[in-house]
Amino acid sequence: MSAEPAATVAPAPGATGPRRGRRGARWRSPFTPYLLALPGGLWLAIFFVVPMLVMLSVSLQTGNVVDGFVQTFHFAVYPDAIRQYSDQFIRSFAYGGICTVLCVVLAYPMAYWIAFHGGRRRSTYLFLVLLPFFVSFVIRTVSWKFLLADDGVLLGNLKDIGLLPDDFRVLATSTAVIGGLTYNSFPFMLLPIYVALERMDPKLLEAADDLYAGRAAVFGRVVLPLSMPGVFAGVLLTFVPATSDYVNASILGGTSDTMIGNIIQTTFLTNADYPLASAISFILMVILLVGIFIYARVLGTRDVFEMGTR
Amino acid sequence: MSAAPTPVPSSTSRPASASAASGAMPKGKARRPRGRLGEHLLRVYTWLILLWLVAPIISMIVFSFNDTHSKQNNNWQGFTLTWWKRIGAIPDLTTALENSLTIALLSTLIATVLGTMIGMAIGKHAFRGKGAVNLLLFANIAAPEVVLGASLLSLFITLGIPRGYLTILIAHAMFNIAYVAVVVSTRLASYDLSLEEAARDLGAGPFATFRLVTLPIIFPGVMSGALLAFSLSIDEYIMTQFNAGGTLTFPLWVFGATRVGVPPQVNVMATIIFMGGVLLAVLGATIGRGRRTRRPADDTAGAPA
Repeated sequence: MSAEPAATVAPAPGATGPRRGRRGARWRSPFTPYLLALPGGLWLAIFFVVPMLVMLSVSLQTGNVVDGFVQTFHFAVYPDAIRQYSDQFIRSFAYGGICTVLCVVLAYPMAYWIAFHGGRRRSTYLFLVLLPFFVSFVIRTVSWKFLLADDGVLLGNLKDIGLLPDDFRVLATSTAVIGGLTYNSFPFMLLPIYVALERMDPKLLEAADDLYAGRAAVFGRVVLPLSMPGVFAGVLLTFVPATSDYVNASILGGTSDTMIGNIIQTTFLTNADYPLASAISFILMVILLVGIFIYARVLGTRDVFEMGTR
Repeated sequence: MSAAPTPVPSSTSRPASASAASGAMPKGKARRPRGRLGEHLLRVYTWLILLWLVAPIISMIVFSFNDTHSKQNNNWQGFTLTWWKRIGAIPDLTTALENSLTIALLSTLIATVLGTMIGMAIGKHAFRGKGAVNLLLFANIAAPEVVLGASLLSLFITLGIPRGYLTILIAHAMFNIAYVAVVVSTRLASYDLSLEEAARDLGAGPFATFRLVTLPIIFPGVMSGALLAFSLSIDEYIMTQFNAGGTLTFPLWVFGATRVGVPPQVNVMATIIFMGGVLLAVLGATIGRGRRTRRPADDTAGAPA
């Protein structure tokens, strides 16, 4: 995200030397950035942008797998989809929202401690936070399923010693699904908050201290506002994947924890009702993207992208 | 959660180091050691969260040694090395793992080349349409995976392209390009263009400049982009499931097995992948540390207060 255009580097007039005339013309040709961006841009156009349009078109078709689908511009599929799956939509946004809030509340104190008290071992702590990424997402979730199993290592033993009633369960409840989502999203929240805190100029804190700000004032009026970009980036990185996830709900949840991702998945892959599934996907994406773009407009996309460096 | 962050800027370590670095003595005002209790609570809290984060990993590793006989490998039955010796005993699983690894490798290769090129375009150049490219990358990263998977499947269905290894590869390269591009372009944000000017003045052509100046500078960015791409690909489940057809990758196989019981070989393979990843990361960090000049703050921020 270079803010400065390439042109800002103006070499001193005498420094260019005689060779410039020979090579300069082809050197920074105006086509260079386009040629660089073209192959990847085409890949994204063909396999990301075009599919979105195709999906929009598919959502307005009618028919079935056996007889084929015809483009009928059947717009009624959209209100139908919302009506039929309003529960799952609402549940997804609720789970995604709870998971995001939990992540902020859980991650902020830890990011704070690592950034300000981690000392030399800050990168070690961050490495430990990233450890789950070395294990496949599905495996981590399956591992939680085993840990939380009704007769598993945790609950089974607690039941044996009588600390928990025999019919106590975590699996197949909304707690398990939200827990799984929170677990899987946590590092995405912690990292941007940490980056924002770590980047803070200690002189600012010193200044606040010198100006007799109490601890609460230093935190509330200096640290917290300066770390907000990190929190917002974390919210973005957490909310969208959590809301549209279906892996946690299928592995850890029960039949009453179905999220909208599960519906898209079964409608597409099991029922092969492509128009309906496309319509649901489209609705989900529009809601999320509109939210994101409002968000990015207000806060700028910089902070989200800067995540990439970590 | 009652663990509210204790509002203590570490007035003991950081500001002191900052003023030490700038050569100025801290003002005469004595800094009281405050918030010790809060700091200790936060330390304990951090370790509890870390325990939570690694719990499923530890369980995964431990149960790769479990002498289980039932279908569900979730109760400790005693230590055995059987599953480590018989790692390849399930041919389908082995094939799935091979698919995962080769797809990750190939998609990383494609995404690193294409993504680095985009990253160089947006990181180094100002051009009309740069905003559109940024928007494309942003939308690609921000779009929900399930929608990316579903839309790509719509395309393949509409065109009548059978799903399989190739379509998985296409999907993986698609979502990796944007990540690599972003990592590389962020790396270039602090890139000094006058270095290229200097190379040109010394008579280097475009390719020599790229090879001798640009590439060495962006190389860490390219490498971290490639590593990110590889790990995202080997981990990917949602888009893969939509576009896999009958082909299975490691996560797909495991997911399919959850209903009937996950064999311990899965734990063994996942443990090996985990160890390999950790080893690579540690190696990379060590090499990186050797090369990079350390920031003074890292040296002086020192001991935890």
